Amino acid sequence: MIYQTEKNNLNNSVMAEQKKLSIISFSGDFDKLTAVFTLATGASAIGYEVNIFFTFWGLDAIKIKQGRSLVGRGFLPKLFAFFMGGLKSAPVSRLNFGGISPGIFRHMMRKNNVATLEELVDAAKVLNVNFYACEMAMHILGLEKSDFIPEVKDVLGVPSFLKIADGGQTLFI
Amino acid sequence: MSSYKLDVTGEHCPMTYVRTKIQLAKLNSGDVLEVLVTKGEPLENIPGSATEQGYKVLSVKETERSGIYSIIIQK
Repeated sequence: MIYQTEKNNLNNSVMAEQKKLSIISFSGDFDKLTAVFTLATGASAIGYEVNIFFTFWGLDAIKIKQGRSLVGRGFLPKLFAFFMGGLKSAPVSRLNFGGISPGIFRHMMRKNNVATLEELVDAAKVLNVNFYACEMAMHILGLEKSDFIPEVKDVLGVPSFLKIADGGQTLFI
Repeated sequence: MSSYKLDVTGEHCPMTYVRTKIQLAKLNSGDVLEVLVTKGEPLENIPGSATEQGYKVLSVKETERSGIYSIIIQK
């Protein structure tokens, strides 16, 4: 990954008084996740503190085991985890055409030199965007903090998230 | 003091800003980065956000290539 070595340098960046953007990433759809990470990386790149609170379908984007796997405790969570399948399996919210649309969109993104979803997620990690997981959704889906990527700073409930988002802009995607 | 150059004219939002930010963060104090941008949003936003983040914008001027601007930023 080309951004891996740049990550440490960003911790030493000069920062003036920071603006803040918090995003509740609820949808696990490919296009909506692309919007989440475009906003997150763009805002972070121009000096915002950025928080993403992954909940429900959005949790799929931050699991360590990407791809179709049986992650989760219990039969039903495992069943849903299998169908959810991570970033590569994320459907488009409209005109999914039986699942071929994400592949078509990725092709169009590369062709037009626009960052793909995976590149945006990598960029968000390098830019130290704060990732949080929703406690409630986590329990429904039978997941634990160890099931998520190491960039997830913490598991939060509503009051903690609202405290973190306070004073900035909050979006629900 | 070292000088660096970054061409983001082929990039689209948000990667214009992401690549600029990553490159700026690599600089040592006193280093200078020349960023080549297209007219429009990158030209409008990069100087302001660099200033807000504590960098010094030394100059903004059009290059020989029409519609391409050079922004010189110092850390």
